[in-house]
Amino acid sequence: MKTTPFTKMHLNLGARMAEFAGYNMPISYSGINDEHQTVRTNAGVFDVSHMGEFILKGEGSLDLVQRVTTNDASKLSAGKVQYSCMTNVNAGIVDDLLVYCIEENKVYMLVVNASNIEKDWEWISDHNDKSVEMHDISAKTALLAVQGPNATKILQGLTEMDILNLKYYSFVKGKFAGIDNVLISATGYTGAGGVEIYFEDKEDHAERIWNSIFEAGKSKGIKPIGLGARDTLRLEMGYCLYGNDIDDFTTPLEAGLSWITKFNKDFEGKSFLEKQKAAGIDKKLVGFEMIEKGIPRHDYRIKDQEGNLIGRVTSGTQSPTLGKAIGMGYVAIENSPIDSEIYVEIRTKLLKARVVKLPFIQQ
Amino acid sequence: MNFPKNLLYTKDHEWIRLEGNTAWVGITDYAQNELGDIVYVDIETLNQKLAAESVFGTVEAVKTVSDLFLPLSGTITEVNPQLNSQPELVNSDPYGAGWMIKIIVDNPTEADNLLKADAYASMISA
Repeated sequence: MKTTPFTKMHLNLGARMAEFAGYNMPISYSGINDEHQTVRTNAGVFDVSHMGEFILKGEGSLDLVQRVTTNDASKLSAGKVQYSCMTNVNAGIVDDLLVYCIEENKVYMLVVNASNIEKDWEWISDHNDKSVEMHDISAKTALLAVQGPNATKILQGLTEMDILNLKYYSFVKGKFAGIDNVLISATGYTGAGGVEIYFEDKEDHAERIWNSIFEAGKSKGIKPIGLGARDTLRLEMGYCLYGNDIDDFTTPLEAGLSWITKFNKDFEGKSFLEKQKAAGIDKKLVGFEMIEKGIPRHDYRIKDQEGNLIGRVTSGTQSPTLGKAIGMGYVAIENSPIDSEIYVEIRTKLLKARVVKLPFIQQ
Repeated sequence: MNFPKNLLYTKDHEWIRLEGNTAWVGITDYAQNELGDIVYVDIETLNQKLAAESVFGTVEAVKTVSDLFLPLSGTITEVNPQLNSQPELVNSDPYGAGWMIKIIVDNPTEADNLLKADAYASMISA
């Protein structure tokens, strides 16, 4: 199993560890509900160093980004970030990712899912017909997400860069906790506010940054957070998890990602999506709340009142914030409107649920 | 971790407290800790007569779901009513307020097949 620069810290803190995407990762420390509440109401620190980072550099780098991603990266100026996805010829989602514009038209950083690093690298390389310089910096990049309403207040004392007023989906780069070249972006996967911190894993930098953050946040109640709460937090926001809610066989239109699909540019998968858009989709990713008691889980069947199979659950949990069971899943288009009644097959029972608007919670 | 001496244990991490033919059943401290925050205990076998090792319900944690196995053959005569509104009692007091079912045991000598506290403790630390 691979480790991150922070694995030692997790073990010292007594975290419950498990394998995720080939990495030994912390699942929880104090308990998922407690960690979840900490992020919603205060501030928590996630080690997400398993994520992949690619640098695309030089002439043609923007063209390459445009060719492989669905969103319009030409809108990005230096210091801006964009959520996007890569699609194959049948518009199946190869991965969802963040595109960082480091230098307009010249340098871009793509942040991809850990489980897709090799697949994405090959996919982008296959489309790199203009020999854009590509670097996979995943292995030497440390990444911490510090999330929650108090996150930037706690971190501001560690840097002269203005992170308190950093705009959503923007980033700055500079000295943080005494270490140069730290990239801080107002992004995250929780809907709770906060930042993500990227830096090169060398010398004792990972330890120094980790310790500085906890030193600064100790009196304010900052806590380490595991992947368990990361999942409940993102699900409450209706954010897709690759491999669960989206994959090589679901399209951005089906997944509710048309807002990052721009038809005013050319990209791999575009012609398929144009046809799908014209013909209309026949299944759609929806959010639902359980009306009858039960917890939906990945791959449970979704049925209509007559017991006909209409879809599958892709993600589900008990929402710590709402205190009720929520889930997402693909259902037939006729069952997808808000307030539709659907039934989740949980063990031997068909339990009633209702399609609701995403996100599940309003921040 | 705490494994009271007056209880017997299964390899599936249930405990049972026998008093004559009557018994109380729950999950162990180890089990609740492994599951994490418990959000729902689903038991619909009230008044059913089941064989040892049958599934008598399921326990849902935030992250996972697990079946509950009956330690001894018997009839389920009561389900802890408090767990409906406070499933977290299984986490906070697994051997006390977090008990799950009360059963009338068919044959108390079946209990010879169960693990004593020491044997259970060494099983989970193995």
